[in-house]
Amino acid sequence: MLIKIPEFSLVVLIGASGSGKSTFAARHFLPTEIISSDTCRGWVSDDPNSQEATQDAFDILHAIAAKRLKNKKLTVIDATNVQAESRKSLVRLARDYHAQLAAIVLDLPERVCVARNRERPDRSFGRAVVARQRSQLRRSLRSLKREGFRYTSILHTESEVGAVEIERTRLWNDKTDEHGPFDIIGDVHGCYDELAELLHKLGYVMEGNSAAHPQGRRAIFLGDLVDRGPGVVKVLNLVMNMVRDGRALCVPGNHDVKLVRALRGKKVRIAHGLDKSLEQLADESDETKKEVAEFLDRLISHYVLDDGRLIVAHAGMKEELAGRASGKVRSFALYGETTGETDEFGLPERINWAADYRGRAKVVYGHTPVARAQWLNSTINIDTGCVFGGALTALRYPEDELVAVAARETYADPIKPLRSESTLTSQQEHDDFLDIADVIGKRIVDTGLLPRITIRAENSAAALEVMSRFAVDPRWLVYLPPTMSPTKTSRLERYLEYPDQPFDYYRSRGVEQVICEEKHMGSRAVVIVCRYPEAAHTRFGVANKQQGIVYTRTGRRFFTDIDLEAQLIKRVGEAVEAAGLWEELKTEWLLLDCELMPWSAKAQGLLREQYAAVGAAGQNALSDAAAVLAQTAGRGLDVAHLQEQIELRRENLGRYIDAYGHYCWPVDGLEDMKLAPFHLLASEGAVHSDKDHRWHMETLGRICAAAGDLLLATPYKIVNVDDPISRQEAVTWWETMTTAGGEGMVVKPLDFIKKDHRGLLQPAIKCRGPEYLRIIYGPEYTAHINRLRKRALRPKRSLAIREFALGLEALARFVARQPLRRVHECVFGVLALESEPVDPRL
Amino acid sequence: MLLTITTTHQPATDLGYLLHKHPDRVQKFKLAFGKAHVFYPEATAERCTAALLMEINPVDLVRGRKRQDFALKQYVNDRPYVASSFLSVAIAQVLGTALNGRCKDRPLLVKTPIPLEVTLAAVPCQTGEKLLYDLFEPLGYRVKTARMTLDERFPEWGNSHIYQLTLAQTITLAELLTHLYVLIPVLDNEKHYYVGDHEVDKLLTKGEGWLKEHPLREVIIRRYLKYQRSLQRLAVERLTADDPPADNEVEAQDQEEAMLEWPLSLHQQRLAAVFQVLKDDGAQRVLDLGCGEGQLLQRLLKEPHFQKIVGVDVSTLSLERAAQRLHLDRLSERQRQRIQLIQGSLTYRDARLKGYDAAAVVEVIEHLEPERLAAFERALFEFARPNLIVLTTPNREYNAVWETLPAGTLRHRDHRFEWTRAEFEAWTADVGTRFGYEVTIKPVGPVEDQLGAPSQMAVFRLGEG
Repeated sequence: MLIKIPEFSLVVLIGASGSGKSTFAARHFLPTEIISSDTCRGWVSDDPNSQEATQDAFDILHAIAAKRLKNKKLTVIDATNVQAESRKSLVRLARDYHAQLAAIVLDLPERVCVARNRERPDRSFGRAVVARQRSQLRRSLRSLKREGFRYTSILHTESEVGAVEIERTRLWNDKTDEHGPFDIIGDVHGCYDELAELLHKLGYVMEGNSAAHPQGRRAIFLGDLVDRGPGVVKVLNLVMNMVRDGRALCVPGNHDVKLVRALRGKKVRIAHGLDKSLEQLADESDETKKEVAEFLDRLISHYVLDDGRLIVAHAGMKEELAGRASGKVRSFALYGETTGETDEFGLPERINWAADYRGRAKVVYGHTPVARAQWLNSTINIDTGCVFGGALTALRYPEDELVAVAARETYADPIKPLRSESTLTSQQEHDDFLDIADVIGKRIVDTGLLPRITIRAENSAAALEVMSRFAVDPRWLVYLPPTMSPTKTSRLERYLEYPDQPFDYYRSRGVEQVICEEKHMGSRAVVIVCRYPEAAHTRFGVANKQQGIVYTRTGRRFFTDIDLEAQLIKRVGEAVEAAGLWEELKTEWLLLDCELMPWSAKAQGLLREQYAAVGAAGQNALSDAAAVLAQTAGRGLDVAHLQEQIELRRENLGRYIDAYGHYCWPVDGLEDMKLAPFHLLASEGAVHSDKDHRWHMETLGRICAAAGDLLLATPYKIVNVDDPISRQEAVTWWETMTTAGGEGMVVKPLDFIKKDHRGLLQPAIKCRGPEYLRIIYGPEYTAHINRLRKRALRPKRSLAIREFALGLEALARFVARQPLRRVHECVFGVLALESEPVDPRL
Repeated sequence: MLLTITTTHQPATDLGYLLHKHPDRVQKFKLAFGKAHVFYPEATAERCTAALLMEINPVDLVRGRKRQDFALKQYVNDRPYVASSFLSVAIAQVLGTALNGRCKDRPLLVKTPIPLEVTLAAVPCQTGEKLLYDLFEPLGYRVKTARMTLDERFPEWGNSHIYQLTLAQTITLAELLTHLYVLIPVLDNEKHYYVGDHEVDKLLTKGEGWLKEHPLREVIIRRYLKYQRSLQRLAVERLTADDPPADNEVEAQDQEEAMLEWPLSLHQQRLAAVFQVLKDDGAQRVLDLGCGEGQLLQRLLKEPHFQKIVGVDVSTLSLERAAQRLHLDRLSERQRQRIQLIQGSLTYRDARLKGYDAAAVVEVIEHLEPERLAAFERALFEFARPNLIVLTTPNREYNAVWETLPAGTLRHRDHRFEWTRAEFEAWTADVGTRFGYEVTIKPVGPVEDQLGAPSQMAVFRLGEG
C-alpha cells in the first residue's frame, strides 16, 4: 500500500498500545522526525511508562513539535492519539504553522496488541486498556476528516502494515527546482494591448493566441488578470494558453477569485470593475466561461521558486507563511493583511508586511497600485496601476531589471490618487528607523570575506551605548575602519618594531609586492563627500541637506563646528570635480578613508590630560629630584648612581615631549588642517577593494593635486619583498621618516584583499618608529625595552581581520542598496568588536 | 616621585631619629611596585631635610597583573612622577615607625610638635587648587602651591592639573605623615589597588582624631573609598577613549548640574511632578525611559498601584547602579515581578516597549543629537505608543538666573541642546499633531517673570481614534 503524505506535514500516528506505532515510525521516518510520547515520559521521569508524567511529557512533545513545524520540518507524533481530545492540540499546532495534517491509523486486532504488550516486561497494560483504546479509536475514525485531517490512511492487518510504502509529495506551491529566468508581470486587469506590448518589449514572440520567448524565458503573472480593463477575454485567453504551453506560471488575484464565484453563480457584489469582466464574458460560450472559471480556480496561491530565492504572490507573502499551505496562507496571498479599518478613501487600511520582512527570498507581488515599483527589504510591488492610467511593469529575474509600458488610456479611475511626492526610495523612507532587535544580544554576521563572525552580547551592549549616545545618523554610517595590528616584535637592540618583520610576514604568505605608505599621526577620519547636497539626500536618505560628513573611527561626528565640516567637504568635493572623478567613476558620492591632522585638533583633551600632563609632571619631579641629589652629593654622600639614573630619565622624558610635539600645532581654521586620504573605498555601485593600492594612491593623488594645501598625498613605496635591495631602500626610507619625527609606515600587500590557503592575510601592518613609540609605551620605555618584547599579537590580528571583513561587507551591502539594517549590522559589529579587551599599545 | 621633609627644630638632625633613618646614609628599599631611596640633602643642627625618592616602573604596573583593567591601562601615565597612593604605601613601609609615632631614642620628641615643612614635587588635583587648600588648611597647615604649565610650546593648552605643594606647620611628624597617608590618595583619581572592606578600617584608624571634624569629611571618605568601575564600563571607555569626556567627567558634570539645581531641589520636584501625573492618570504599566540610576523607579515601586514598572537605559553602568539602589536582589518575589530593568536605546524601535499605559522621559531628550530626535519620536510616539507620555527637559531661558553659569552655556556638557519655552512648545505641538497626541505643558520649579520655570514638562495623551 502506497501512502502519500505532503513533504511538510504533521503526521499523527493513531493506534492502541501495542499496535506497533514505534516500529512503524522507525521504519518509515528519520529518528529526528519522530517525537514519541514514551520517550518524552522517559525524559521527564526516567520511566517511559509513567502515567503520572503524562502532562509534562506532552508539554515537551508539543514544544518540540512546534519548533520543528516552525522550521518547516515534517514531524511524526508517536503517541496513542486515540481520543479526539488528545488530537485537538496537535491539530491546532498544525494550523498555527500551516502544516498539512496526516493521520496514519494502525487499527490492528486486539489480540495482536495484547500479545505484543505481554512480550514487553516493562508494560503492565491489561487487555482492558487495549480494548478501551481500540474502541476509542474506532469512534475516532468517523471524525478525522472533520477534525482537519486531509490525508488519512487506515491499516488493519500486520501484513498491510508490512507492505506500506510512504511517498512524500511536494506542495503545489513548491517550485524550488525551477530556476527561471522569469519575467514577472504585475496586475494586468484586462489591459491586453499593454500586455502584448510589454511581452514584445521583453522579447516574447506571439504565436497565435500564445506567446513564447526564443531563449525559453517564462512569464509569471501575479494575478488580477481580469476586471476594470477592456481586454479581459483576450488577456485570459493569452495567459491560459501560455500556462498550458508551459511558458508561464500564474498566481490568482482577489479579482480573479471573485470572478470565479460570479461565474459559478454565487452571490457576489458587482463592484470594482467586475461588471466589465462579466459584460465582456457575456458573449462567450458556456464552455469558455467554464474553462475560465476552472483555470482561475485551480491557480495556486503562491510559488516558491529558484531554491527558495524567489517568491511570487498577488498581495505578497510573509516569511513565516511562504511555502506553506492553509486557508490563511491563501488569504494572505490574495488579500494581504488589513487592520480592519478604512482610510480616508474608504479603502481597507493595509498592514505593511514588507516593512517587517526579514527573509532572504525576494518577494515579488502586486495588488495595491503604486506610482513606482521599488524594493523594500527584498520585496517589490510591481503593480504600477496600468488600468488606472499608470504602467504595466515587469521584473526580469534574476536580472532584477524593471521593464514597463505606459497605459494607453485611463480605463478606470483610481480611488486613491497614484502619485509619489517623495524624493526618497521606499527603502530609504523605511530606513530612518532601525529595530533594536537587529543589533542587541549575541549576533552572527556573514560577510563575503569571512563567514559567521560572532559578536558577543556584552560587546553589543557596549556598542549600543556608544552608538546611541555619540554616533552620527546611521544612514551616514555605512563604514567603520578596522583596527590595525603592528608588526611582530623585532629582535634588534634598539627597536621594538622594524620593517623586516612585515616584509617577512607577507613574504611567508606568498606576497611578492607590498606597498609601504607613510603613516600619518593624526586622527582617523571617514569622509563621505557628495557632488551636490541633493545627492546626499537622494543617496543616503538623510533629511538635512549637507554635502557630506566626516566621522571618527567610532562613528562620532569629527567636527563640533559644522561650518568647518561643511568647508572641508566642499573643498574635497571641488578637488574631486577638478580631478574629473565624478564622471570617471560615474558617481555622485565618494567614501574616503583618511587621517586628519594635526593630532591635537581632535585629541586636544587627551593631549592635555594625559600626554602633556605626564610630561609636565615628569619634568618637575625629575628636576626637583636632580636638585636634591646634587645637594646631597654636595654633602659628600655617594649618590652618583642615582644621579646618573635621573639624568637618563630626564633625557628620555625630553625625547618623549619632543615626540608628541611633532603631531601638534595650533588650529584656527581649515588652513591649519591636513587631510590625508589613503583609501578610496567606495562610490556608486562599487566597493574599490578590487583595485590594488597603487590605484588607490594614484587616484587619490590626483584629488590631492587638485586640492591645494588641504589635502596631503601620502608618500609611498612599492617594495619587492624578495629583493634585498628593494627592501633596504624601504628600510632607509622608514629610518629617515622616523628620525625626522614621523610615526612610521603601514605595509600592505599590493592587492587590497589577499587570501592564501590559511585564509585572509592582514590587510595592513603598521611599523612604528622608536621615538613615536614613547607616546605608546611610555616616555622611558627604551630603558625596559627587553621586557616589552613579549607582545600578544594574535587577538589583535584576528580582530583586525574580522573588522576588515565587516567594514567591507557594510560597504558592499550599502552599494547594493540593501536595507539599512543590513548595513548597520556590520558597522555595529565593528564597533562591538572594538570594545573587546585588547592590549591598547598594539 | 619626590617627597622632602624639613625641620628647623633644634637640633634639626633629630629628624633622623624620628624617621629612623641615619642622615649620613643613602638607603634603598625594595617595594612591591619599585624602589624607594631615602637620603638627606641637608643635615645641620639648624636645618635638616630628608628626601624620599621613589622609582616606579610603569611597565611593572601594567605587566604581570591579572587585573584586566590594569593591564589595559596606558604605559604613558603619571604614576612614576606624581604623588599617589603608592606614596602612602611607601610611607607605611619605609617610614612605618615614624607614621606610627614610635621612636626609642627620642620618646618625648615623638609627641612634641616641631616646625615641619613638607614639599611634594608633583601632586595631581583635577578639580583645581582650591581643594588643596580646603583639605590642608583646616588641619592647620600653611599651604603653598605652584602650578605648572602643560607645555611651553603650546601656551594655548594652559596649565596642568599638577601642582607643587608645600605644607608647613608645627606638628608632630606622626600626625603629618598620617595626614599625607590619607589625603594623597584622596587627591588622586586613580587607585592602584582594590578597594575592599579593610580600606574602611584603615581610614577609620588613620583618621582618628581629625577626620570627624574635617569640614570636607564626606568628600574625603567618598574619594578615599572610590568605587571600582565594572569591566562593562571599561569596554565603553575603550570606545570613547579618543574623545573624552570619560565618564568620571560626565559624573562630575552630573554633580555640577545637580549642584546648580540643588538649592531648588529641582530634580526632586521634577520627579514628584512626573510621579503625580502618572499616578493621577491611573496608569498601571509604566516605562521609565532613560531611567538612569533609578530615582523615579524607586518612587514608582513604593506605590502599589503601579503593577508593572520597566526602567530602560542605554548605559549598563546606570542599570547596575539602579539595581543596587532598588535592592533588586533583595526584593520579595512579588515586588521583583513588578519591576524590570532593560538596556535599550531611544533611537531604535523596540518591540519590548509596546503595550504600556504610560512612559516617563525625564531629562533625556537633551542628551540626544538634534538630528536623532526624529528617530526618537518614531520609536516612542509611533512604535511604543503608550497612552500617556510625560516628558521633561530644561528651560534654557531660566539659565540666566544662575550667576555661576556663564552666559550661553548649557547646564551639562553632555546636553546637546536646551530649549526655550517657545521652542519646547513648538516641538511638542508638532509631535502631538503628527502622532495624534494631545499636549499640555506645565512648568516645574519656581516660576520667574520673563524666564519661566527651570524645567518644563509636557504631558502627551493619545487622542481618540
